[in-house]
Amino acid sequence: MSKLVTASQFSDPDAAYLALVQARRNLPDAAAAELDTRLVLILANHIGDLEVLREAITLARATG
Amino acid sequence: MNYARKSVYSYDYRRSPDQAASATVRRPVVVVGAGPVGLALAIDLAERDVPVVLLDDADRIGEGSRGICWSKRTLEILDRLGVGERLVAQGVTWKVGKVFVGDDLLFSFDLLPEEGHKMPAFINLQQFYLEKALVDRALELKNLDLRWKNRVAGFDRLNDGARLVIETPDGPYRLDADWLIAADGARSTVRSLLGLVFAGVTFEEKFLIADVRMAADFPTERRFWFAPTFHAGQSALMHRQPDDVWRIDLQLGPDADPAVEQEPSRVRARLDRVLKAGEYELEWVSLYTFNCRRLDRFVHDRVIFVGDAAHQVSPFGARGANSGIQDAENLAWKLAAVLKGEAGDALVASYDTERMAAADENIGHSTRSTDFMSPHSRAEERLRDAVLALAGKTEFARRMVNSGRLSLPSTYDTFLSTPDETPFAGTARLGAPLPDAPLSRADNSPTQLLENLQGEFELIYVKNGGEMPRAPDGVALTVIGEELFDRRGLFAARLDTTPGAAYLVRPDQHLCARWRKFDLEAVARAHRRALQR
Repeated sequence: MSKLVTASQFSDPDAAYLALVQARRNLPDAAAAELDTRLVLILANHIGDLEVLREAITLARATG
Repeated sequence: MNYARKSVYSYDYRRSPDQAASATVRRPVVVVGAGPVGLALAIDLAERDVPVVLLDDADRIGEGSRGICWSKRTLEILDRLGVGERLVAQGVTWKVGKVFVGDDLLFSFDLLPEEGHKMPAFINLQQFYLEKALVDRALELKNLDLRWKNRVAGFDRLNDGARLVIETPDGPYRLDADWLIAADGARSTVRSLLGLVFAGVTFEEKFLIADVRMAADFPTERRFWFAPTFHAGQSALMHRQPDDVWRIDLQLGPDADPAVEQEPSRVRARLDRVLKAGEYELEWVSLYTFNCRRLDRFVHDRVIFVGDAAHQVSPFGARGANSGIQDAENLAWKLAAVLKGEAGDALVASYDTERMAAADENIGHSTRSTDFMSPHSRAEERLRDAVLALAGKTEFARRMVNSGRLSLPSTYDTFLSTPDETPFAGTARLGAPLPDAPLSRADNSPTQLLENLQGEFELIYVKNGGEMPRAPDGVALTVIGEELFDRRGLFAARLDTTPGAAYLVRPDQHLCARWRKFDLEAVARAHRRALQR
């Protein structure tokens, strides 16, 4: 049983995407990568569920 | 360049009558290696009336000593063996750790926020002082035969024991043992003679370790830096020891050249940056890498491995010598019970189960700390740095910062324990050492719970009116509210007591059963189970 939600949860997906775009706009690659890493940690802790985190990692690795 | 330790204690080799015996002499237990672990084990066995021969290839202590941090649990064990108070008096007591990023304090932590424990969270004390205290204690015990300059050179497996060939200044002799205990360290001779595989992970990262003597007023706390300006890009650790000696541990990266890095001028240049000028004397310098590994099994028929001979970890977390001393305490009472016919060999097998789980726990912690301190790739480093960047602002990231998870005793999830029938709150856990608590005697003089658990099976009963329980054979009885009193209520809180509750404690002070209501037959059953009888 998958605990990871992959159905869309944002009422306005374009706005969510835009927020992520704007977060890295004009940042050099390295700084953007560092920002993403901090973002991963912040969101992972917010989810706070190791099982969900592991499923998300599996999905991310399988789609690269 | 050798930096010889100054404090070295020498002992005399003495010829044993066993060397001249016409037939090979047989002893119940022979322990190889008089380091902290071998000494603790030999003392524990001797105190249990088991005659022990303890062999060591040297005739002195104090060379190549590394351990400095002794944990609360180790001190509780050593207190039972009679040297705990001496060590605490001699050592530097600390419980606060600080973690810096760059030159800024990220956070500090208190390892023992709870009151009412006899032993502190940690003391720092040079290993040779601890060994000296244990040797002094060993020499007081008549049935402990400590033989210096006795080097194991040969091993033969016997069906019910081991045969050793031992080299001495008077030439070789043979000695047979019912049980042979290998406490001979990371480069164990016994392990080599048995041809056992010692597999695991070797870390490439090199560390410089220096003990310097200086008059300084740095605070008594563990200080750890990620990328301080005085040691760019790497980590650093500083610890206080007695005698104005400071331990400084500097990460040097995988490519450091041992020959170059141990040059005194080079070492001094690095230390000058750490210590900001000031006068200091180099006591000892060494460059090391480390391994995380263990034997597949610690019990090989009648040969049993303890301490570094059985498992190795990185030094971050003080899990080496501390876990070795916990191996020794786990094994001592079991072996004594088997030798006295109170238990079968199955009890020794439980040493394997319990201490292999503890070793895996230690190796896991140690590996994770190392991964955090020396990331394997640029991407891993970015993740680590993200944690450090967030740690100043968020609690969740602070809890991920890993500068070594400091040694705590293992909770044994073991077949020796009788599962709880009713739930218990409090901090006491089935399979863990009992938490210490302050108590008073009938005359109001203070004592501690653990001081009253002196190495036997013990039934602790909480008085309930006039009813008095009876303990089964082989179990001592302590009644709280009769000979000992819990005036401060900390014992009650930690063990979640109710009137009439009963707790069965193993000889190593680990809790193995508890009940809300005393029942002699249930206690006897739990006692048999804990002895695998």
